Amino acid sequence: MTGFAQPKHHPTESLLMAHAAGALPEALDLAVATHLAFCDICRADAAAHEALGGALLDAAPEGGLSRPAEGSLARTLARAHAMPAEPEQAPRPSPDALPQPLSDWIGPNFSDIRWRRIGGGVAQAPIRTRSGGSAYLLRIPGGVAVPDHGHRGTELTLVLSGAFSDKVSRFGPGDIEVADPALEHTPTAEPGPPCICLAATDARLRFNSFLPRVAQRLFGI
Amino acid sequence: MTALAMTIAIPETPRIMPRLGAGDRLTYGPRQGIGDRIIEHQSMSAADWTQELAAIRDTADEAAFARLFAHFAPRVKGFLIRGGATADLAEDLMQDVMATVWRKAALYQPGRASVATWIFTIARNRRIDGIRRARRPEPEDLPWGPEPEAEQAEVLALREETAQLAQALSGLPRVQRDLIEQAYFGELTHSQIAAETGIPLGTIKSRLRLALERLRKEMS
Repeated sequence: MTGFAQPKHHPTESLLMAHAAGALPEALDLAVATHLAFCDICRADAAAHEALGGALLDAAPEGGLSRPAEGSLARTLARAHAMPAEPEQAPRPSPDALPQPLSDWIGPNFSDIRWRRIGGGVAQAPIRTRSGGSAYLLRIPGGVAVPDHGHRGTELTLVLSGAFSDKVSRFGPGDIEVADPALEHTPTAEPGPPCICLAATDARLRFNSFLPRVAQRLFGI
Repeated sequence: MTALAMTIAIPETPRIMPRLGAGDRLTYGPRQGIGDRIIEHQSMSAADWTQELAAIRDTADEAAFARLFAHFAPRVKGFLIRGGATADLAEDLMQDVMATVWRKAALYQPGRASVATWIFTIARNRRIDGIRRARRPEPEDLPWGPEPEAEQAEVLALREETAQLAQALSGLPRVQRDLIEQAYFGELTHSQIAAETGIPLGTIKSRLRLALERLRKEMS
């Protein structure tokens, strides 16, 4: 993504490494990959962790080789010839475009998000993950706070547009907040346009007041 | 080419490579064909497989692919088995990974990643969607499209760092190395993964950051 200042809040080094190693649950992986779309520093750091993966693959650990089946090379070439051609260049995204990783789940543009109101002007859009945690988008009107909630597992909140603040700091576009189970916070959207963020957990959210608990049951967040 | 040739060739490269100016471009460039410089430096650059990928891209060279396959297919298959695949599934996914290598050879960027790293990322993604049945978020292509030709100096720097990584890995105590392997071969959960590996990644990080910064400047 261009046109944004580089983010100030980043995933932890361990999250970047787990992303590079392919060990993150799908929901968290999506949040980290989307952050990388905003952040050159983390993109480079993740690539460095991938280089370690490449070195491991190349060094072939003891007992790590497995002989291909008879005729494997010929079959692989036949498969390669049968694969559809790769597009030469990705088209330039429109101003309404979602970051690439998200667009594969939702559609190309912000206008493709199908919002459901969950009260207090807040809207939510679940993201269907095949496995591994849950992820959803939140749209919080300017000045509005989302209910105080704690977490069972790791929760990542990535700002896509607008900004929110909580007792930790201010989070703008591309910023990611990494919350562990100890953090109970009340994110408040900055006055102005709504704050749209991606929230991802490796467990379900645990709200601390009655109404949101109902919403959690109804909407599965 | 053998693994032995590789461990010997790579550390020598920076010393015997003639110094190139900043304006010199990488020989592995989009649709450039094989120029004189590639032939001139073949003895050194052959060790990192970029020649094979260039030959696949430019002339659909099946012999070059066979060399690449002989080295990487058993590694990728072993990687997938360790990640939880049966031998049959691993064979199937491995063929898919290597077919993708053939198909996407033109997209490989030698200033960004070694060939082994590039193949690792393809294999990792197939492990995620083929074994874990999760979806893998595709990294965003930088909005301006494929990278312009990398500078020769960048490619050399990456080659040197790749050799340093391999050296650092082989020098690790057994227990520590096992742990890193488990992290990358799909045997640890994300909360068990610690970023402290004992492998210095600082140099490669800062160079990749500079490369991205330069790209952004070229675009603005």
